[in-house]
This record gives sequence, structure tokens and C-alpha cells, in this order.
Amino acid sequence: MNLLDRFLILDRRWVFLFMALAILIPLLFDFAIPFTPDKAVEAIYEELEKQEPGTRIMVSCDYDPGSKPELQPFSVALFYYIFTHELRPVITCLWPGAPPLVESALLEVFEMLEEEGVELPQRHVDYVHLGYKQGAQFAMLSMGSDMRGTFPLDYDGVSIDSIEVMNGVENLNSFPFFMEISAGGAGTKEWVQTVQGRYDLRMAASCTAVMAPDCIPYLQADQLLGLAGGMKGSADFEKLVYEGTDRVGQATIGMNAQSFGHLVIIIFIILGNIAFFATREKR
Amino acid sequence: MKKEIPLLITFLLGTWMIMEFFFHNVPYVDQITETLTNGGMVIGAFTYILGVMNILQVNSNHIKHHNDRPFKWTLLVGFVAMILLGFSWGIDVDTPFQWMYNTVYVPLQATMFSLLAFYIASAAFRAFRARSVEATLLLVAALLVMLGRVPVGEEWIWSKLPDISTWIMDFPNMAGKRAILIGAALGAISTGLRVIIGMERSYLGGE
Repeated sequence: MNLLDRFLILDRRWVFLFMALAILIPLLFDFAIPFTPDKAVEAIYEELEKQEPGTRIMVSCDYDPGSKPELQPFSVALFYYIFTHELRPVITCLWPGAPPLVESALLEVFEMLEEEGVELPQRHVDYVHLGYKQGAQFAMLSMGSDMRGTFPLDYDGVSIDSIEVMNGVENLNSFPFFMEISAGGAGTKEWVQTVQGRYDLRMAASCTAVMAPDCIPYLQADQLLGLAGGMKGSADFEKLVYEGTDRVGQATIGMNAQSFGHLVIIIFIILGNIAFFATREKR
Repeated sequence: MKKEIPLLITFLLGTWMIMEFFFHNVPYVDQITETLTNGGMVIGAFTYILGVMNILQVNSNHIKHHNDRPFKWTLLVGFVAMILLGFSWGIDVDTPFQWMYNTVYVPLQATMFSLLAFYIASAAFRAFRARSVEATLLLVAALLVMLGRVPVGEEWIWSKLPDISTWIMDFPNMAGKRAILIGAALGAISTGLRVIIGMERSYLGGE
């Protein structure tokens, strides 16, 4: 049995080892490979740029820790943008694991703002976290017709009627822009199918890489104004948001590891095919 | 009557939810729909109770009869601990519940999903072979998209790779995706209609 034959039946633990090294080593070194943001991500940024200070933005965080590396950097960059541009987010979650991640993203952004000496936004005045609502599409439909009835209390148990940022909010049409951050169902697809067309929402989405191909038809049909897919989408958004500052987002750092991870997979596929064709006659 | 009443409820509610889409700005229609969707959310909330009972029952049985007792005990202890912590100290930022969430649940779930990278690498190495024209096309498209979606492809290999990757995603991939979506939508419509008019009764139990 020659080297090529052996390569074809390579123990998968070798693949695991190379993959682990390809991911770990880039994370140990401080370097950044330049990249150009995707046009679909730029569209999200441009849509945010159109919003006047004081505008309420609805943000639905529909993900859990399994998708944290891909989506949490997007949430952090989004909240950073929102608070530095004096927008007011109304945050909801349709995934039970999401509320603590939202709190953690808000805390991270507040630390960044403190470092910059920016006045911290006040809970219930400049933003509100409404927490988790069970019901998926039912909850979406319900928010479409009556936001206050769907969320009578916020995440802290405070009545919606006493929350300043919710004054005047009746339903989803009370928001000029809706940002959806999703790791699966109920998520982007359900929001578009259930309420986007029905209430003519101006919405954009950030989703996991595996979901992105499913969401591109909605982007092409203008049902989504912008789309950030996977860690690359989050890194693109970070690049746009943190431009002009010395901040480097977690997704941007993660792109180095993802780059080398992809390279290792590609090298293994190419070598596997070379070995396969070189030994085909023998088989 | 045991089957007729559920069938009638299904028919009426199903028909209402279809029709209200076209008349949702008509007075009273919105209110009735809202009551129905609220009912849906309440029923959904009750499924959590069923879920809790199911987890307790299934895992308790496993502890009695199977070999993987340590795992089942871990699950049940974790399950009960999270409930007790949540009810005792709440779920605010500085509570034991949040500590458990951040230091146990988050790393565990992240670990589970990170394993995918290793299995995908191993599976791709073994399965991605250019055995036919179709497989070769798939292989080439996959390689271009993988390289085009990471900075290494754009910066170190060829600056046009992201554009090629986007073109593959926007056109050939989209053609296939749309076909699947339309097919799935037609299937969902026909299944929905079958349920509404009572031809599909498996949700009632039995056949």
C-alpha cells in the first residue's frame, strides 16, 4: 500500500487535528486579513444610516448560545451603532435561550460606551428589552396587530404602559425599521412569510451561514432590505460600524480562524481527489 | 362526535385564518384573529408543561432500565437545578441562574456546535469526490464559495473570488432554492387544505 492509498483511508483524527490547529493558531496571533464588506450587508448599514436620532428600531434576537460566535458579534455591533447614533431599540426574543445573550450584548456595548466617555442609555427610556415570547408565528402575528397585548410586561416585569420608549407603539407598523437576528425557526423565514408582506415592514436580517441561502430569495424580492449571513456577514457589519475607531469585533477576529479552517478543508478535498484518481486504476 | 367536533373546529379555525389574511383591516376581524393567536400562544405555553413531564418520565425510565445512567442523572440534576435556581433567585444578570447559563449552558452548547466543523471537514474529505460531471460541478462550486466567503480567498488568492461566490449564490443556487421553496410551499398548501377539509386526520391520533 503506497502513500496515496494510505491517504485515502486516513484516520479521521488526523483531519480533526489539522482542523483544530487551523482554528486555534490564527486565534493566538494578532493579525487581520483585509476584506471587503458584502453589498447585502452594506444595505443594512445604509438603512440604519437613514434613521433619524430618536427613532425606535425593532430588534428581534432569535438565537441561542449555539450560534453565539456567528450572531452575537452582529448584535453587539448593531447595539453599538444604535446607541452611538441615538436610536432607540425595542428588543424582543422568540427563542427562550436568547434573553441572557441580549443582556450580555447590551452590557458589552455599555462597557464600550463607558470607555469612550459616551453617556449610557437609560433602560426603559432609551431602550427596552421585552424578553421572550412563546408562540413563534402566533407571537409574530400578535405583534403585528397589538404589540402591547403581546408584551404586557418587559423582561424586568415592568408594565409596558409605564415604559417611556414604548409610548405610542401599537404594532409592528410603529417601527420604521425592523432588524431580525436569527439562527433558525422561528426566525427570518417565518418573519418574512408571516408578517413582512402583510404589514409591509422594512426589515433586514442577520442569520447563520447555513440559513443564508434560504434567505437570499427574500433579499432578491426586496422583502429583506439587507442580509448578513454567518460570521462573515457579522464581520462585514463590524467593519462598517467600527470604521474610524480602533475597535476590532469578535467576528472579524473569528474570520482568521474561519479562513484557515476553510483552507484546511479545501486542501483535504483536493488531496483526497488527487489520491482518488491516482489510485483509481488499481481499484 | 369524538372526531367530528375536532374536525369542525379545525375546519372553522383553518378557514378563518386563511380568510382573515385578505380582510385583516376589517373591524372585528383583527380582534377575533388576535384572540385566536393569543389562544395559540397559550396552547404553545402548555406544551412546555408536557415537555417537562416528558423529559422527567423518559429519563426516569432510562435510569431504571438502561446503562447510560450517569448521563440521565446529569440531565435530570441540571434540569431541576436550573428550575430551582430560577424560581429561588430570579433570572436577573447577577443571579445563580445567569451564572449557570453563562458558565455551563453557553460553553456546552457552543462546544456541541463547534464539533460540526470537525465532522464537516472529515465528511467533506471522504465524500467530496469528482466521480461524475455533476459531482465535479458541485465540488468546484463548493470550493469557490468556500474561498470566496473568507478573507483569505479575496486577499491572498484572487480578488474576484467574492464576486464569483456571490454570483454562484445569487443565480445557480437561487434557481434551485426557488424551485425547492415553491415545491415546499405547494406541498404545505395541499397538506393544509387536506387538514382543513378533514382528509388528513393523522393529527387526531390513530392512522
